[in-house]
Amino acid sequence: MLKKKTKTKEKKTKLGTSKETAREKMIGQHIGYRYDVNLLPDYKKITPFLKKYIEAMGWDDLNWLEDVHMGYEEGRPAVFCRNANGWVTIPKSIKLPNNQQDRDMIARELLVKFQMSPKHPLVDLKKAYLKF
Amino acid sequence: MANLKTTDKKSTSQSMGMHTELLTGRTQQKFFNPSEAENFFYFGTYDVDFNKRTELDVKEMTAPEVNKEIDNLMSKGFGTIVIKNPQGKHSLGVGILNKLNLIFEGSLGYFGMGSCDGPTVRINGRVGWSCAENLMAGKVVIEKNAGSCFGAAIRGGDLICKGSVGARTGIDMKGGTIIVGGDAGAFTGFMMQRGRIIILGDVGINLGDSMYDGTIFIGGKIGSFGSDAVPADLTVSDQDWLKRKLKVAEIGEKFDVSKMTKIVSGKKLWNYDNLEPAEKKGAI
Repeated sequence: MLKKKTKTKEKKTKLGTSKETAREKMIGQHIGYRYDVNLLPDYKKITPFLKKYIEAMGWDDLNWLEDVHMGYEEGRPAVFCRNANGWVTIPKSIKLPNNQQDRDMIARELLVKFQMSPKHPLVDLKKAYLKF
Repeated sequence: MANLKTTDKKSTSQSMGMHTELLTGRTQQKFFNPSEAENFFYFGTYDVDFNKRTELDVKEMTAPEVNKEIDNLMSKGFGTIVIKNPQGKHSLGVGILNKLNLIFEGSLGYFGMGSCDGPTVRINGRVGWSCAENLMAGKVVIEKNAGSCFGAAIRGGDLICKGSVGARTGIDMKGGTIIVGGDAGAFTGFMMQRGRIIILGDVGINLGDSMYDGTIFIGGKIGSFGSDAVPADLTVSDQDWLKRKLKVAEIGEKFDVSKMTKIVSGKKLWNYDNLEPAEKKGAI
């Protein structure tokens, strides 16, 4: 059975702009993701590089990249690399657009370039520890 | 321990409205050159051609032998591999980190297609427990039914079952999309943290129990909601995405997505985090 929605007046706040929950106030720390992880991609904003990537992989859409968004790290825009388990900082030379959808597409493109680069930290690990 | 500090000076990300507090701590930070050469594949993976096709009869082979042979065929450039007579063997097709068009002419046992990153897979049969567990990227399509823990802990990619699935579908999923054409069992989306689940049919009890984040879309009846799973408004953006995704999944293209129920986390159970809570430190 569906639960009835309770009518409570909640202050609408943007993720990461304030301490949203009582627990966060209690521990004095921000809990949760640094961006809206549920934001769906706007396919009108897709870049030519990402189109080529999708075509090369034989997929119909962004596939795993739908979950990639631009966040921030150390006060700078960054994208999280799940393979390296770290934030990849966006170089200062790249001018970022003013809306999240465009920024997300740039984050996706840069993440693919980073992950496929021979300079990726996993390449050295693979050389050192590959068993078969 | 990571600390929360407020800062008066506006950084690039702050001026874009991304945040107001500065997190410092153990997080790894990497820099890279954005003008890297255009390359779409992981370093050290095989350059395969989708038009180069081969067949492999695995009737007399063990699962490790099959998986090694798939790797061997990819190293020879085969981009389309048809596996004949899988006969419900367990752990087939695991650990493929390559682009590949893989077709199974039959059913798989437990843990089929686990830990894959990139391939497009079609299984013309049923699958057992934990199909495509830890899928990172790619597309896996199952033509018939699937067992329990379908898509457990997936982190990306599209996992599609045209039939019905068992209990705990998408348990602990951290990304990606699971699409089910039929019904799903109890505890669907149990402890999910990210990603999306679409069920066109009915679901059992305790839907989205203890979900941390992510979104679930249900087309049929809901047995009951789990702890902290709450209904939310279906937006136009959601509907557009659902229509497009169902087309990609080759199911439910004519399904009326406007009547689907959207479920999200109520965020009342958000009492853990990736930081070290101050009170825990005080208790030590």
